[in-house]
Amino acid sequence: MDPVFNKQHEGGVFPGPCHLKWKTACSLSDEIWDERRQPQSLTSSQNCQRITVETTWTAAKSGHRDGQDAFPWFGMDIGGTLVKLVYFEPKDITAEEEQEEVENLKSIRKYLTSNTAYGKTGIRDVHLELKNLTMCGRKGNLHFIRFPSCAMHRFIQMGSEKNFSSLHTTLCATGGGAYKFEEDFRTIADLQLHKLDELDCLIQGLLFVDSVGFNGQPECYYFENPTDPEQCQKKPYCLDNPYPMLLVNIGSGVSILAVYSKDNYKRVTGSSLGGGTFLGLCCLLTGCETFEEALEMAAKGDSTNVDKLVKDIYGGDYERFGLQGSAVASSFGHMMSKEKRDSISKEDLARATLVTITNNIGSIARMCALNENIDKVVFVGNFLRINMISMKVLAYAMDYWSKGQLKALFLEHEGYFGAVGALLELLKMTDDQ
Amino acid sequence: MAERGGRGSGGGHGSLDKSITLPPDEIFRNLENAKRFAIDIGGSLTKLAYYSTVQHKVARVRSFDHSGKDIENEPLYEISVQEEITARLHFIKFENTYIETCLDFIKDHLVNTETKVIKATGGGAYKFKDLIEKKLGLKVDKEDVMTCLIKGCNFVLRNIPHEVFAYQKDSDTEFRFQTNHPNIFPYLLVNIGSGVSIVKVETEDKFEWIGGSSIGGGTFWGLGALLTKTKKFDELLQLASKGQHTNVDMLVKDVYGGAYQTLGLSGNLIASSFGKSTTADKEFSKEDMAKSLLHMISNDIGQLACLYAKLHNLDKIYFGGFFIRGHPVTMRTITYSINFFSKGEVQALFLRHEGYLGAIGAFLKGAEQDNPNQYSWGENYAGSSGLMSTSPDVYPMQRTRSGTFDMLEMDRLERPLVNLPLLKDPSTYIPDTVDLTDDAMARKYWLTCFEEALDGVAKRAAASQPDSVDAQERAEKFRQKYWNKLQTLRQQPFAYGTLTVRSLLDTREHCLNEFNFPDPYSKVKQKENGIALKRFQSVIESLDSLGWEERQFALVKGLLAGNVFDWGAKAVSDVLESEPQFGFEEAKSKLQERPWLEDSYSQWLQRLKEGPPHKCALIFADNSGIDIILGVFPFVRELLSRGTEVILACNSGPALNDVTYSESLIVTERIAAMDPVIHSALRDEKLLLVQTGSSSPCLDLSRLDAGLAELVRERQTDLVVIEGMGRAIHTNYYAALRCESLKLAVIKNSWLADRLGGKIFSVIFKYEVPCK
Repeated sequence: MDPVFNKQHEGGVFPGPCHLKWKTACSLSDEIWDERRQPQSLTSSQNCQRITVETTWTAAKSGHRDGQDAFPWFGMDIGGTLVKLVYFEPKDITAEEEQEEVENLKSIRKYLTSNTAYGKTGIRDVHLELKNLTMCGRKGNLHFIRFPSCAMHRFIQMGSEKNFSSLHTTLCATGGGAYKFEEDFRTIADLQLHKLDELDCLIQGLLFVDSVGFNGQPECYYFENPTDPEQCQKKPYCLDNPYPMLLVNIGSGVSILAVYSKDNYKRVTGSSLGGGTFLGLCCLLTGCETFEEALEMAAKGDSTNVDKLVKDIYGGDYERFGLQGSAVASSFGHMMSKEKRDSISKEDLARATLVTITNNIGSIARMCALNENIDKVVFVGNFLRINMISMKVLAYAMDYWSKGQLKALFLEHEGYFGAVGALLELLKMTDDQ
Repeated sequence: MAERGGRGSGGGHGSLDKSITLPPDEIFRNLENAKRFAIDIGGSLTKLAYYSTVQHKVARVRSFDHSGKDIENEPLYEISVQEEITARLHFIKFENTYIETCLDFIKDHLVNTETKVIKATGGGAYKFKDLIEKKLGLKVDKEDVMTCLIKGCNFVLRNIPHEVFAYQKDSDTEFRFQTNHPNIFPYLLVNIGSGVSIVKVETEDKFEWIGGSSIGGGTFWGLGALLTKTKKFDELLQLASKGQHTNVDMLVKDVYGGAYQTLGLSGNLIASSFGKSTTADKEFSKEDMAKSLLHMISNDIGQLACLYAKLHNLDKIYFGGFFIRGHPVTMRTITYSINFFSKGEVQALFLRHEGYLGAIGAFLKGAEQDNPNQYSWGENYAGSSGLMSTSPDVYPMQRTRSGTFDMLEMDRLERPLVNLPLLKDPSTYIPDTVDLTDDAMARKYWLTCFEEALDGVAKRAAASQPDSVDAQERAEKFRQKYWNKLQTLRQQPFAYGTLTVRSLLDTREHCLNEFNFPDPYSKVKQKENGIALKRFQSVIESLDSLGWEERQFALVKGLLAGNVFDWGAKAVSDVLESEPQFGFEEAKSKLQERPWLEDSYSQWLQRLKEGPPHKCALIFADNSGIDIILGVFPFVRELLSRGTEVILACNSGPALNDVTYSESLIVTERIAAMDPVIHSALRDEKLLLVQTGSSSPCLDLSRLDAGLAELVRERQTDLVVIEGMGRAIHTNYYAALRCESLKLAVIKNSWLADRLGGKIFSVIFKYEVPCK
């Protein structure tokens, strides 16, 4: 019997970041990364970010124009399904630099920044671009690019053809693929990967992006009135005091971390029922091929045709246990019957798959939060990309089952924190030299 | 038995099968006297419970009035066989497709019932309500599913030894049965039906639903049916057991190329269930998808169960529900998951009678005025089917048997049973010395041994009732029944919990009782008691003529020689059959010379010499005749003379030639008439006779008569003497007590002697003092 929430969520549009008014002092200007601003000059409300800046960011120095911090600046996160790439495009290139910039490097910069799609599967998430960022004393824009992990070999091939190795840059990579493809990078493209732990990168990247904000808008948000579909609204959230937080990273699978400070965290548990499961099952059940397609179908479907609800068994609420009739008792429970199997649509199946996976992640996250005694649950990872249904289900589940004690938080750059963390490591290394 | 219609695990979608003919001798037994009913109708199986009385024969002994009679030629006491009515709980499980036939059958056979209602629970109770009311003319009174489940669970945990087991994948014995813990609470019950319910049970009446998950058996079945086009749950499990999940799941090594070493995650762990099927171009096999689904669901349930267990600080999780029920495949995956997620801190436990919990609970709800919880209950091995493995792959031959009717019978014991207060640690006490489920060699030997002895036992049973016309026929039925049990146990040693010599012996007693052979040895015992009594005084005289130290040795030797007279041991019964003159002296001459195989006699002697007299000794007696009269009583007499009080404990009911409590009363009375020491001890209540509450040739110190336990406490017992192979070797050889103990026996079985490193008629004399 399961008490999982099953209200129909609208997958519709919600006010995007541009409509939000950032009320708190969270959104700092990019200048914070400029060394000229001394920590002492920060206001107290900015303290938490200052600390982040100082510790992560000892690299924040000006004048790295002597060629040590060789461009290009990439951070890469090679996951089970997607490769996430962040690229820092310097905008403060002097004429002299421009002249010195090797052809190769120039062409990479031009190629990446003038396109929004690469090949058949590479995509730049233009809406996520962080503009006018100062990193390591350089001003520029941070670009967010993704492509499927199965294209990794083509990517390495390209690196070889374009002679990346001549650029004398270190390629910082995290995610499982950093280990899996290390050998290929070396033998095929003559590139030495600098491998980084994915959880370290995730946390550092998340803290960084949250601290710089989203082009003057907040990075973190939550849903107000999550249990009321009519009133449920996206609202900014100030993550000034993020600790302790439960960080739930939903990629192909799920990792759950308890984070107590920027470098004190533990992996609490993980689950194999993640984004890969949703897509994998959807492909098998509906014949769809992409995440977008699967979500589109899910948005049109009705999971109550597929799932057995408490009321389907008890005729109403199960009062003995305080369970609402609308709670899901058995995911896919109706599918035990042939008649029902014959009467449902692919959209219903996609929706049921999405709701099942999401609710399950919600249950596990909630139990971990209780066990770790943490009340902020931050959901990240590419499973949440363009996935309003899941976010609202998670927001509802955290709120409803904890009677308002737990808060589900989300971040605009969902799946990119690992890659950002890898980039940060690159800059830190440069600084250490 | 009738043919099975298509196995209706399809949740009652199949039509009702009316063609089946029910064999009344074997199922719905004692229906004529059924008093009270309860029914639990699940998705595919119906479980019916009824309370009935069983009329069966018991042997009674009664002292003659000897005044003015020629005592020499009269038997010692009178034996009569009387009818006795005892209470029994019957549970029967069958597929929903047979429900109508079964209801008709019940209606036709139900004569004496006064009951007007039937308690009903389970998801199907709604669906079949009208049918039940119409067919039986009883009002259906619905009870909450979970309340029934938990009531039933508490009941079996308390009353059925070896109810609980852990599942072990790669071992000869997949089922590892647990000792019943004296305190069953608190525990977590995870019921995996179509969804998952997680319930925390704190006391008999206090339980709380603490969570659940919608990903359960229904998800496996529903999603499995969609993915594989396989309709039936069992077939899906079968598919799953053949599949390779690594073709469908994304493993850690698929992402990392190997292990994720920083976190110590093995490369073979599943990173993303169905993570490889995110493509439309590839075909995946049904088997592989079913396997992947099974892993996904089992891991998920295990993970949630561990999280709840951790939050509520519980380390026992019982799993039940149709997803688990008798399926080794799911027990294995759930066990794996719990081990993985709890890092071994939590144990996944399963119940032998899990399928009956709802029916038992519903029954108990209806029987509250009879207060069934005030009694102790015992599983009747003769009437119960035992645990069947339903996995088609693991045990193909059992599949056909599990589909029809499965039964559980529990006898109400007249007296409540409790732990011996002197057990060092009741929660770790295991009565049995050898686990035959575990020890394949020993299992083979003992099963064969019991098979070989069976004809003789049947013959003796028939001979014990010369006046009965159908004794031969019943003896044959007994032989057949016990033979079948032995064959079942050869295939499924785990069927009734841990297989032990004790359970084999008890099963034989249950089968004998079933066919109205309550006490095949009553005449033998009567004769032997009479013969031994006549020699009592001369034995005492010769003992009294010895010096103190010599006498102590002679007393122990007498105890041991007496113990040779055991009709349960084939080597001895052969001798006793062929040499009727075989007596006390002959037995003494058979005994091994010191040093004995296990010999702490010197320590015992020293203790007697140097220590103060014991306050009170509890003696568990073994055989009738020479054993009790010429072995035990002289020993008792010596203890009494030392100022030690004696509690002499004998079986409540007959087993082999063991002395029963009622026989011991008569024997003691006769001895008291001859012996002033015994006489005054009886009068002054320094010698007390009690019953053990058991009818077994073995001894389970965790299930003893409450009166005995009370007396042991009251008299501050500081010495326990356990005598005989059944009580001191097959059981309790390793039992640790909180006071001094003596375990003595003569090994009358060459295989066992060999195993212990000795020869037949080797002597075990184990004197133990608890470490301070």
